[in-house]
Amino acid sequence: MRAMVIKEFRQLFRDKRTLGLLVGLPVILLVVFGYAANFDVSKIPTVVVGPQAAEAAGQLHAPFDVVAVDPGGNRSTAESRLRDGTAVVGIVTGQSPTLALMDGTQLFSVQAAKAAFAHMAQADAGSGVETPAVVPDVLYNPALKTSWIMIPGLTGLILLFIGTLITSLGIVRERQAGTIEQLAVMPFRPWDVIVGKILPYLLLASLDLIAIVLLGMGLFGVPFVGSVATFGIGALLFLLVTLGMGVLISTVSQNQGQAIQLAIMFVVPQILLSGLIFPVGAMAEGIRWLAYIFPLTYFVEISRGVMLKAEPITALWIPLVVLLAMATAVLGLAVLRFRRDLAPSARRHSEEESEPLEAAA
Amino acid sequence: MTWGLERATVTFGTKTAVDAVTLSVAPSSVTVVVGGDGAGKSTLLKALVGLVSLSGGRARRPGKRAIGYIPATAGLYVDLTVEENLAFVARAYGVSGADYRSRSDELLERIGLKEARDRLGGQLSGGMQRKLAVSMALLHQPELLVLDEPTTGVDPVSRAELWRLIAGAAALGTGVVVATTYVDEANRGSTVLLMDQGRAIATGSPSDIIAAIPGSVGVVRESERPLGQSWRWGTSWRVWAPTSALPDNAESASPTFDDAVMIAALVNEGEEWCHGAPR
Repeated sequence: MRAMVIKEFRQLFRDKRTLGLLVGLPVILLVVFGYAANFDVSKIPTVVVGPQAAEAAGQLHAPFDVVAVDPGGNRSTAESRLRDGTAVVGIVTGQSPTLALMDGTQLFSVQAAKAAFAHMAQADAGSGVETPAVVPDVLYNPALKTSWIMIPGLTGLILLFIGTLITSLGIVRERQAGTIEQLAVMPFRPWDVIVGKILPYLLLASLDLIAIVLLGMGLFGVPFVGSVATFGIGALLFLLVTLGMGVLISTVSQNQGQAIQLAIMFVVPQILLSGLIFPVGAMAEGIRWLAYIFPLTYFVEISRGVMLKAEPITALWIPLVVLLAMATAVLGLAVLRFRRDLAPSARRHSEEESEPLEAAA
Repeated sequence: MTWGLERATVTFGTKTAVDAVTLSVAPSSVTVVVGGDGAGKSTLLKALVGLVSLSGGRARRPGKRAIGYIPATAGLYVDLTVEENLAFVARAYGVSGADYRSRSDELLERIGLKEARDRLGGQLSGGMQRKLAVSMALLHQPELLVLDEPTTGVDPVSRAELWRLIAGAAALGTGVVVATTYVDEANRGSTVLLMDQGRAIATGSPSDIIAAIPGSVGVVRESERPLGQSWRWGTSWRVWAPTSALPDNAESASPTFDDAVMIAALVNEGEEWCHGAPR
């Protein structure tokens, strides 16, 4: 038994990456997740419209964070603010009772807002001050169903898993089998190999996506009120990032075990940090920035926005542009790294004398 | 067109894997690169096909479409069928239609896999896998065929079949380079390149190399190890006397290619002692 234990330790210490994963990762995850795991919303972006907007805004205090006061505005002004995500609560004055529109896709913010309104009403009753009653009106997810806000994001998580993990294994398999050297000698460019590798997974993942969304709608009654095209663009960009990440992981992994480890390290933090479960806005400052470097954060925003709120493409340009930039960077880096594997002699071609392709044919 | 390497040097960090080796591959010729493990054979072949960069010397190779290469490790996809493996390389090299049908039929017929088109690569025996891999490398009728240890771990019958396949390709005009650790396979080549520690010890036809062995070789039929540089050969000893006369108890013997390989390893600092390759 002693022999086994010593051998096991030797092997463990040889593979520094596994060791790091075993020792370092739990510590990092606990710290990160501890700060990220927060359902308590301390700031609710609020817009106040209507003739008594200024007065109503004055009566609001934390957690309400008044981002705009528009005395000339009306219900539709407030609704458009909620739709494009700049506010979660919209107070519409000038009618009795005063209306509080709420964005039902922001489950925890809505719950916090409801609690705050109840608290204010209680305080007013206690002090005997007469304030106009506020009637809440939850939009996009009136019953505040958890499944409605989870499923659009979960589609992204599933694609992330499939895309990153399977793609990363695909190229490592070629490396382990030695067939990658043959590919390098075949008349392919690095780009041909990468696109050839990604395209089948892209098609499969797209079919997967359609199936998951339809299943979510059928089984859980999740609505799809927005533009399919906008959703499609967002999903495509997101898929390119995840598949590109898979390729990138495979170019830095020597075997399938390493690839799986790296893929897990990329995927798991996104489950908690992407806003899928805990609101990004409620996360501690430093952790929130981590959320912003993960692609799932942006896809969750797009899928919820389109499916539940019919958010127009103009309101989603930031996540779309970020995903585009990520896809470009990740795929570019993957091609560069891949080139080192596939065409080492191409980089120093000038030093060698080679016959051109045509002359040889 | 003659392909090859001219004083090619490949370094990995501070280690010189291939040291100023010259290799020339004429059309319709078979060059066998012989050497032990770690001699630099695989790196030499990779340098020839462009998989590793040269830090010195020159490479002369055809375009990718005219190269066929199988690495020592693989050669085929184990999760594709025989037919699918061939179809993949056919598409990659633009061999299609009737051309593909006739080429693949002919190759499968020759390697005895015609009835096994639908078997997975992984279900084939080691020898069958290597034969299929060589066939895949031959499908597009390359000008330069580079095979890294295609016969290692393969049974004698399959080895003979593999060599017939290789000879057939050379007969049709392909310049072939084969690396091997099996000394007896040197005789299969029109040219042999003997490598040790990254250097070319001897180049030429097997008979050139034998003829150029410095000193004399003898045989001692006694159980005691004779004086001087000697090695076991069956029940007797082979003795090599590089400069002086053979020991008294030794009979003079005609050197064999095996002697040449043993002597190559004994030669001081891996100095080249034969260079008779066609220039």
